[in-house]
Amino acid sequence: MRVAPKEIQSFRDDFTYTNSASAIERFPFPFPEDEYRYSVNIEAHQPKGGEGSAFEHYIDVDEHYLSEMAERELVLKDMPNRCLVMPHMDLACWEMLERYMVSLAEDYPEHFKLTRDGDNWHWENKLLNIDDHFTFGDGATLPRPPLDYIGRQVQGDFALMDQREGNLFMDAGMVTCPADWSLAFDAGMSFDEWHGPVPMVKSEGIIERARKYLMALPVGQPVRRLNWTLTVNARMDTSTEKYNEWGHERTTITPENVSEKVYLRVEVQVLDRMPRSNAVTISIRTYLLSLEDLVTNKAWAVRMHRALKTLPEALIDYKGLTRFHGMAVDYLSQFDPAN
Amino acid sequence: MSTIDQIVVEVVAIEQVAPMIKEFTLQPAEGQFTPFSAGAHVVVEMGEGEQRYRNAYSLMSDPNDNRQYQIAVRLQEESRGGSIYMHEQVAVGDQLKISPPANLFAPEWRAKKHILFAGGVGITPFLSYVPVMQQRGAEFELHYMYRSQQTGAYSAELTEQLGDRCCCYDADQSSRCDIAVVMADQPLGTHFYICGPESLIEAVQATADELGIPAGAIHWEEFAGAKPGQPFTVELSRSGVELAVAANKSVLETLEAADIDIPNLCRAGVCGQCVCDVSEGEIEHRDAYLSDAEKQSGQRMMPCVSRAAGERLVLDI
Repeated sequence: MRVAPKEIQSFRDDFTYTNSASAIERFPFPFPEDEYRYSVNIEAHQPKGGEGSAFEHYIDVDEHYLSEMAERELVLKDMPNRCLVMPHMDLACWEMLERYMVSLAEDYPEHFKLTRDGDNWHWENKLLNIDDHFTFGDGATLPRPPLDYIGRQVQGDFALMDQREGNLFMDAGMVTCPADWSLAFDAGMSFDEWHGPVPMVKSEGIIERARKYLMALPVGQPVRRLNWTLTVNARMDTSTEKYNEWGHERTTITPENVSEKVYLRVEVQVLDRMPRSNAVTISIRTYLLSLEDLVTNKAWAVRMHRALKTLPEALIDYKGLTRFHGMAVDYLSQFDPAN
Repeated sequence: MSTIDQIVVEVVAIEQVAPMIKEFTLQPAEGQFTPFSAGAHVVVEMGEGEQRYRNAYSLMSDPNDNRQYQIAVRLQEESRGGSIYMHEQVAVGDQLKISPPANLFAPEWRAKKHILFAGGVGITPFLSYVPVMQQRGAEFELHYMYRSQQTGAYSAELTEQLGDRCCCYDADQSSRCDIAVVMADQPLGTHFYICGPESLIEAVQATADELGIPAGAIHWEEFAGAKPGQPFTVELSRSGVELAVAANKSVLETLEAADIDIPNLCRAGVCGQCVCDVSEGEIEHRDAYLSDAEKQSGQRMMPCVSRAAGERLVLDI
C-alpha cells in the first residue's frame, strides 16, 4: 500500500510531526556501510525498492505532503525571497514545471491530472484543490511565476543551475527547508563557491569531480544521491536566515530527551538536465526520523551507531552536531552488540 | 558520453548544401529525440573496427523540433577520415549511433546583445541559435564568412530570413568582414561568439583585447577535433596493458578501441571530461582545457587530442 497524505502536522512551535509505521519502514536510510565516509555516492535515479518505496517514482509524494506544503506556505509568506529566479532562468523553470507535472500525473493519477493540447494546459491537483488552465511558457496565464507555482505543490527544495563559463551557477531556486544554508546567500554563486565551506573535500578533488560529472549529465538520465545530518526537533526550516530560532535548540539536548528530540535528517537529492535550457535542476527532498523511531529497525540502530561513532571531527563540527553528538552515540550504543 | 548512452538513428535525408558540405537529417530508430538547447552538439559514431570514427557535430535544426536532428559535415580532405566516411560511405537509410545532445557552446542569455561570427561550416551551431534568439526577442547580428566555391551553405536563406541582421562575406567574391568595425561601439554587455577556424577565433580575441572587451564576453567553438601525429605506445599502469597509438588515432580512440570507456563530451580538448593522470613520459599538450601550470607539471593530459612527445606514455588507468 502506498502511503496516503494525512492531515496537517507542524514542523515548528508544537512540533506535532510524526511518522507512521509505514513511513518509518520506507524511510530512505542513508548508510550503506558501518563506517562513514564522504563520497559523491551518485546513482541513476531509477525506481528502486518496489511499490511504496521512497524511490518508486521520480517524485515521492508521501504522508507528509499536506504538512510540508502548509509549512512551505508559512515560510514563503514570512520570507518571499526564499524563492528567487534570475530572468535568464525562466525557460528552465518552465521545463522543471513540465517535468514535475508530467511525472506527478503519470505516477499519481488519483491525485494529479494534466491535460495538454499544444501549449494549452490544464492542471489539477486534487490534494490542494488546485484547478488551473494556462498557456505553457506564458507566465501571465499562471497565478504565480512557474517555479513559485509548481514549487508550492511538490515536497522538497529546488535549485536550478545555469551551465556556463565551465561551471554551474545557482541562478534560481525555492528553498524553504534547507539544512543550514541560504538560497539568498548562495544565489548566483558557482558550484565551487557554494561548496567552499564543505570540509575535507578539496584535497580529495571531490568537488571538481562532482562538478564535471554534473556538467556532463545527459538529458533524460537523472541521478540521485543521499545526504544527511542530525536536526533538533522535527524542524523543516533550519535555514541560515532562521538560525536565531533554531540554533540554540541544540543546547536543549539531554541524555533523557536525545532519542525523542534528535532527528536523522536525510536529503534525497535528484539531479536532472533540462533539455531546452541546458539547466541542471536539483531537488532536495528532506525526510525526518527521530532516533527513537529509527531504533525500531534493529539493523539501522547498529549502523547509525557505528556511522556516528566514526564520524570525523571536522564533519561533526561542519554538520553542527558538536553539542549532542556524544549523547546520540551513547544512546545508540545500547543497540549495538559490538559494545 | 559513455557508449551505453548512445542513440541509434537512421539517416533519412542527405543534401549537398555547398560544394564541400553535406547536410544529414537523422531520426531516431525508435522512440523520440529530446528537444535540445541552442549550440548543442552530438558525437556521431560511424563505421566499424579500424574504420570506426567518432566526431562531434553541432545540431543545426530548430532546438524545439524533436522530430529530427540535422548536422552538416564539411569534407576535410586532410582529416583522419571521419568526414570522408560521412561524405562517401553514408547513404539514406543507413543507421548511425549518436550521443545524447550536450552543450559546450550555449548562448550567454544574460547578454544585452549577441554578435555571432561564423566561418564556413562554423555556421552550424548558429543555425540553432537563430530560432531561439528570435523566439526570445534577443538582439543579435550574424556575420557569416565563407568561400562560395567550398562552403557558404544557407547564406541565401539566412539573408532572406534575417534581413540586415545577417551579413554575408564571400571571400571568393573578395568580400571581407572587418571584425574591428563590427566589434567597435557595441553596447556594454554585448557577447561575441565565434565558430570557425583558429585564425578567426584569434582575430576576434585580439580585437577584443584592443577594444578592452572582457575575455568573459568572448565565446568560441573550434570545429577541429584530434589531429594526427607520430605513433607511440601508451601503457596503462593499473592493468599493465600496452596499446599502440597509430599516427592517425588519438589516445582516447585507442582506449575506446580496447573497450576502455573514458567519459568525454567534446573530443576536442575543451570540456575536460576525459582528463587522465600521467605517471611517466613527456606529453605534447594540444588541449584548451588544462592550465599552463598543469601542462608544465606533466601529470595530466587530455587523451582526446594530446599525444606523447616521445615514444611512450604511462597513464594511471
